[in-house]
Amino acid sequence: MPTTLEPGATDPGRIRNFCIIAHIDHGKSTLADRMLQITGVVDPRQMRAQYLDRMDIERERGITIKSQAVRLPWRVREGDQAGYDAVLNMIDTPGHVDFTYEVSRSLAACEGAVLLVDAAQGIEAQTLANLYLAMENDLTVIPILNKIDLPAAQPEKYAEELAHLIGCQPEDCLRVSGKTGEGVSHLLDEIVRQLPAPIGEADQPVRAMIFDSIYDVYRGVITYVRVIDGRIEARDRIKMMSTGAVHELLELGVISPEPKKAGAIGVGEVGYLMTGVKDVRQSRVGDTVTINSKPAKTALGGYKDPKPMVYSGLYPIDGSDYPNLRDALDKLKLNDAALHYEPETSAALGFGFRCGFLGLLHLEIIRERLERESGLELISTAPNVVYRVVLDDGSEITVTNPSEYPTGKVAHVFEPVVRATVLTPNDYVGSVMELCQGRRGTLRGMDYLSADRVELRYTLPMAEIIYDFFDQLKSRTKGYASLDYEPSGEQQAELVKVDILLHGEAVDAFSAIVHKDKAYNYGVSIAAKLRTLIPRQQFEVPIQAAIGSRIIARETIRAIRKDVLAKCYGGDITRKRKLLEKQKEGKKRMKMVGRVEVPQEAFIAALSTSDSPGEKGSGGRPSRQDK
Amino acid sequence: MPSTLPDGDPVPVDGSLPSGALASVGARGFGIYVHVPFCASRCGYCDFNTYTASELGGGGAQDSYADTVLAEVALAARVLDAVARPVDTVFFGGGTPTLLPPDDLGRILEAVNKAFGLAPDVEVTTEANPESVTPASLRRLRSAGFNRISLGMQSVAPHVLALLDRRHTPGRAAAAAIEARAAGFDHVNLDLIYGTPGESGQDFADSLGAAVAAGVDHVSAYSLIVEDGTRFAARVRRGEIPAPDDDVAADRYLAADEALSAAGFAWYEVSNWARSPTAACRHNLLYWRGGDWWGFGPGAHSHIGGVRWWNVKHPSAYAGRLAAGGTPAHAREVLAEADRRVEDVMLRLRLAEGLALESLAPSGLVAAADAVGSGLLSVAEYERGRAVLTLRGRLLADAVVRALLP
Ligand SMILES: Nc1nc2c(ncn2[C@@H]2O[C@H](COP(=O)(O)OP(=O)(O)O)[C@@H](O)[C@H]2O)c(=O)[nH]1
Ligand SMILES: C[S@@+](CC[C@H](N)C(=O)[O-])C[C@H]1O[C@@H](n2cnc3c(N)ncnc32)[C@H](O)[C@@H]1O
Ligand code: SF4
Repeated sequence: MPTTLEPGATDPGRIRNFCIIAHIDHGKSTLADRMLQITGVVDPRQMRAQYLDRMDIERERGITIKSQAVRLPWRVREGDQAGYDAVLNMIDTPGHVDFTYEVSRSLAACEGAVLLVDAAQGIEAQTLANLYLAMENDLTVIPILNKIDLPAAQPEKYAEELAHLIGCQPEDCLRVSGKTGEGVSHLLDEIVRQLPAPIGEADQPVRAMIFDSIYDVYRGVITYVRVIDGRIEARDRIKMMSTGAVHELLELGVISPEPKKAGAIGVGEVGYLMTGVKDVRQSRVGDTVTINSKPAKTALGGYKDPKPMVYSGLYPIDGSDYPNLRDALDKLKLNDAALHYEPETSAALGFGFRCGFLGLLHLEIIRERLERESGLELISTAPNVVYRVVLDDGSEITVTNPSEYPTGKVAHVFEPVVRATVLTPNDYVGSVMELCQGRRGTLRGMDYLSADRVELRYTLPMAEIIYDFFDQLKSRTKGYASLDYEPSGEQQAELVKVDILLHGEAVDAFSAIVHKDKAYNYGVSIAAKLRTLIPRQQFEVPIQAAIGSRIIARETIRAIRKDVLAKCYGGDITRKRKLLEKQKEGKKRMKMVGRVEVPQEAFIAALSTSDSPGEKGSGGRPSRQDK
Repeated sequence: MPSTLPDGDPVPVDGSLPSGALASVGARGFGIYVHVPFCASRCGYCDFNTYTASELGGGGAQDSYADTVLAEVALAARVLDAVARPVDTVFFGGGTPTLLPPDDLGRILEAVNKAFGLAPDVEVTTEANPESVTPASLRRLRSAGFNRISLGMQSVAPHVLALLDRRHTPGRAAAAAIEARAAGFDHVNLDLIYGTPGESGQDFADSLGAAVAAGVDHVSAYSLIVEDGTRFAARVRRGEIPAPDDDVAADRYLAADEALSAAGFAWYEVSNWARSPTAACRHNLLYWRGGDWWGFGPGAHSHIGGVRWWNVKHPSAYAGRLAAGGTPAHAREVLAEADRRVEDVMLRLRLAEGLALESLAPSGLVAAADAVGSGLLSVAEYERGRAVLTLRGRLLADAVVRALLP
């Protein structure tokens, strides 16, 4: 029988599934495009347009363009396998620290990973974390040094580093340039030679793992799967094993790099499914797809419900935008199974939503999209993690909002912790350790990746890294350190709730749960900030920070004594009236807290973790990481 | 640097007004303002529309200024022909009007008289800088028909006068006031500025004392405002001088009210005190009461029957417009009913006579009751059906206005 490389008929022995692990800007997209070109799935003339096109969308839509899986036919060019026909599936991994789980599912769909490192930069923390993830998943790793065409490239140095990390020889690191194409065809050959072929049971009931699920306005949800066992056919009705939901299959196909309908996909293959469902929650990453008429008995392992780790209240600055905010969240939810929200009312901020996110970056992406795509102006309250509180009577509550924190009766509190990895030039090790210790971190280990680069591993309370940790890390290391972290259970801690009282009234938006040793600092700093942010009122306004009924800090905003223009301004009454109208407009943008008028800006500035007022977003932001 | 003008609607080239505006001209009084946009030098804090001779490229503009204004007077006479009525008040402001020869000022006044007639009890004021007048010039002004003079004293503290770039010596303003009375002026005012950085409480007390001792029947006291675009603002921005402090200004205001009250003055407007009701500046009152007036000169503002307009700012643009036979108006706005109500509250509340509670909207009435409760409006006046600021209320007048308006 002649070799066929058609979907649904390809011998699993000829298939190689791989992903590329890389830090942002190390050249993954460029390399991927070069692969498309060399394997002939796009011709060079299309290439440029295609490339630019995608850049635009990525720029425009940022992180939302997530995984793709491209099917690339490849005939080995050199070595003893020359002439051998294979099918490569290149699976993209989503990009950053908040989506560790999604990355792990992409990795689980592969047998191998290309570890791509910029030969002029060396490996970064997030890449390292994903590399560890790949090694835990038993993937075969092919280390490559990219951008070797750069004069600043130091392939020897970084080959040592990589070899040390993976446990291979420096000469095992391939050298490529996505830009010039050098080494790329050799890399493709090596993928065929080194990576294991997928193994599965062709005659067993279908089990396929969802590694990505995206919502498209025109076509509904598009689900990307990797078939482990059996064979999905275009006419099948599919079933989601976590929920039992059954869907008609409207279309099945592979991406190469345009979507191509196919009749079937079998063991080891990667493809997309369209069922017409409108919400990614009905087709969740990590879930197992089977066939309704002949269902599998057990699902593939590893499925997890995405659980929010960080909560924040989102409020429209203009209260009348509340319905718009709800619509916008409803829309985003279609494409984001990890986004949780429910209505919430704040005495200070009015109607809004308590939102749960995978992490700070996720929060920031959502917030930015809401503002940009729906034209909303939002206030987000200080992000907090989820606490498990055990009360004196043994009952237990989960606190996702400081205002729900019980007063008294608390026996134990547990806070989530993360395992954090920091890579830093060794000059800054002391400074980084000082930072981590100040954040209640416990050092788990330290390794020299090379003579001048150190990997520090810490366990840290998650609450401590969502508060300007990343900014601090960057500023202490002149921007050289990189950070990665993943949730790692919980620990008991001595925590207290600090309330901020304005003119005797607690302002719920400013309440925070903090470690008891830091309560005083928090209270003092927020009270001092508010004193400068809230304009003087006609009466004196005390600002207090309190734990329960105990006042731990106090500031006073003195009463305003003069608010009149006492100048001779002759006849220009028009100007005076316009000024008055402007002042009245400004007053409308004030939020009333009891009798105190608080400008929106005060909330925004007081809640932002960075000290520079007006800076957007919540300071502790891990930059966009590997894609 | 002179401040900028508001935006507005275009004005017909003949300066004509919508017919509605002419219906009740003068119902709340009819005044004339004459702007004289010249100063010997510019004080660092000042953003009035005024220019030095060197800025204007020589004294030519000053020499021909009176004639230029006469052209606008003629235009006003045409526009108001059907409704013309005698003028209640005339006010020459600046700038420094007394930089022009008294005869020039007299000629303008005479033209106004010819065009509209002056009421028998007309009040005719000129502003003057203390160093710009002499006993002789004051006598000539008096005989030209001026009966009130307002002198920019600002302070008697030498370091304050220096920081304000004033050209006169500490004693000159009081001396000029005495000379004015000797020349036969019925009413004399001294302007004070308080809250200048570096001015002590005693400095200001001395200034108040000197003003009272000069025997004037009117004092204006203004808190120093740092106006955008002025040299003073730039110095504050560069940190060379501290910004004036609002709490200090409040203290000074209280001190002014106390000292002036003790000397027999009473406030009739937030920044103005008079020794008797007849000493109050009627031209000023006309502004606050929403009266009609025509403002002559570059950058001058006018208000006739609910139409506000303002002339082009620069003296040469102004002269050019008139030479071409058209209006020098830059733009205007026709006040909507709602605007008029806003202005009414905004302006009248500054006066000691206050405003009738019935002129407030329901929400304003609630706010007025609140303001009485927090001591910003007088209880006694409230019971009489009027909203009148208390002493503390005067210091927070803008806040009260905002509260009373919907
Ligand atoms: N000199 C050189 N530049 C490269 C190479 N590969 C990528 N780049 C450049 O590196 C930058 C980041 O590349 P990109 O593919 O977008 O990185 P990604 O963020 O990892 O997808 C771009 O400016 C590329 O032009 C390479 O092999 N050599
Ligand atoms: C139109 S000015 C002209 C008076 C006259 N040229 C003089 O300076 O003597 C009238 C008064 O406004 C006051 N004034 C001017 N600029 C001021 C400012 N920036 N802040 C407070 N008062 C000001 C001064 O008291 C001044 O005397
Ligand atoms: S003299 Fe009067 S008008 Fe002239 S610049 Fe000084 S304050 Fe302004």
